Amino acid sequence: MDSKPTNIDKSYLADYTLHLADSSLIMGHRLSEWTGHGPMIEQDIAISNIALDLIGQARNFYQYAAEIINLENTEKKITEDDLAYLRDTFEFKNFLITELPNGDWAQTIGKIFFFSTWQFYFYQKLIYSSDKQLSAIADKSLKEVTYHVKWSSDWVMRLGDGTDESRKRLVTAIEYLWPYTGEMFVPAEFESNNEDQVNVDVSSIKKDWHDKVSCVSAEATLALPTNTWMQSGGKKGIHTEHLGYILAEMQYLQRTYPGLEW
Amino acid sequence: MGPQQLLEKFNARIEQDIRIEPKDWMPDDYRKTLIRQISQHAHSEIVGMLPEANWITRAPSLKRKAILLAKVQDEAGHGLYLYCAAETLNISRETMIEQLLSGQAKYSSIFNYPTISWADMGAIGWLVDGAAIMNQVPLCRASYGPYARGMVRICKEESFHQRQGYEILLTLCRGSKEQKAMAQDALNRWWWPSLMMFGPNDDQSPHTAQSMKWKIKRFSNDELRQKFVDICKQQADILGITIPDPDLKWNDERGHYDFGEINWGEFWNVVNGNGPCNKERLAAKIKAHEDGAWVREAALVFAAKQKKKNSDKEVKLETV
Repeated sequence: MDSKPTNIDKSYLADYTLHLADSSLIMGHRLSEWTGHGPMIEQDIAISNIALDLIGQARNFYQYAAEIINLENTEKKITEDDLAYLRDTFEFKNFLITELPNGDWAQTIGKIFFFSTWQFYFYQKLIYSSDKQLSAIADKSLKEVTYHVKWSSDWVMRLGDGTDESRKRLVTAIEYLWPYTGEMFVPAEFESNNEDQVNVDVSSIKKDWHDKVSCVSAEATLALPTNTWMQSGGKKGIHTEHLGYILAEMQYLQRTYPGLEW
Repeated sequence: MGPQQLLEKFNARIEQDIRIEPKDWMPDDYRKTLIRQISQHAHSEIVGMLPEANWITRAPSLKRKAILLAKVQDEAGHGLYLYCAAETLNISRETMIEQLLSGQAKYSSIFNYPTISWADMGAIGWLVDGAAIMNQVPLCRASYGPYARGMVRICKEESFHQRQGYEILLTLCRGSKEQKAMAQDALNRWWWPSLMMFGPNDDQSPHTAQSMKWKIKRFSNDELRQKFVDICKQQADILGITIPDPDLKWNDERGHYDFGEINWGEFWNVVNGNGPCNKERLAAKIKAHEDGAWVREAALVFAAKQKKKNSDKEVKLETV
């Protein structure tokens, strides 16, 4: 099959691809704030590396989204940078968890652990997408994400079963992050139709995700929160207050000097 | 072997360009000089991450963001190899970091200047990494093995960094009027501090003669600085921006560019802690170190628990 989308709803496919791009970009952007400020050099390198992987994934998705949008867009061809730098908060479709502040090392580890575990199960299914391009990106990204899951799980165990302080900080972080995990398993409108077998039924990976998260938490001698109230809105463009600041910073040069090459 | 014989053997090896390795005997001053130089270099890599990390979240395109992030990450890697190279001389990384954070150890003063615009990412790559390469390529032949080998790897990455910096400026200089002005402004601010990176003039450089004798250093500060000026002038011409030195002109007789007097007052001021960002840079490293203390402690405690668990398991297996 050709990698060009031909027989499916293109706006849904574009939105779906943008959602994946936005989550990876915002997560990678946030993690890159650690660069130069990590608790030890080895971990500074590791977290920068994860940030770099995520920005790489985002670029693959944005380039594909641009290709899809440009099929119908004959006037001016858009690029990956137009999509990352010239859309506003309500157009971003990233998960809320990705835009939350890094907080301390425990909060960052919690964010990476929850998100990369989701990516791990998600990409394993996206590999079988009927869309060859999405499948190829998933295949490449899965290798990276497998490491992110291992790295963050190791840290969950270290912090959970480390000192009293590390445990307390991790518990606080998990309680803070937990309500932001629900929306990862609730399909948005652009992913509700799966007749073409392009997208992944995200509700189907909830159990795997929960089992993995529970298992690592148990190893770390932690109990997961029992509250079930979940925040949502990210995929629909309804964000926390944090995203506006991220975009103001990230998009500053493109907005100040429009239309230039950098 | 007596001390005199050891020294003669050491000198003979230096003479014959045979590398000195960690387990070889070496004079105390040689060891001290190397520790000072390698740890300063490691600290420079680590502190040097900060002015560039300042622009990762504001890089103007996804490609630039990825390249800059990778570059800053490379610097962390360089810091790591250099700390390891210094550790072979019997000093721990913890001690070196303490010396950095207490202000006792120095790092390259260039990182005490602020990165104000995106063009500074170009200027740092082109000039700062360019000057660093000029200093560091000869170190690939330094007499101390672990240092020389570390430098081979570092220099390969640095030359990539320099190209990406120059390419940022080339893009700006071929762009809009505002972009070109941004590039010129960056050159104005980074030019003189880059020349200072080669250190004091030869007649004012206390360590040079001994370091050259020991083949740690292969060229003097002024020789390297001249080489740098000669190359940069041509590169600035290609960019179409002007080096901020009215005395810069070709000298046919010498076969080099003449250039103006460096403001050594500024140099010593920055070395002694009065640069625009000395306090911020050190404060950022101290904050990262203090905020990370509980993380490092948790990792140690966890590792000890795991070790105990494993040894308990072994005991059990043995008794079965």
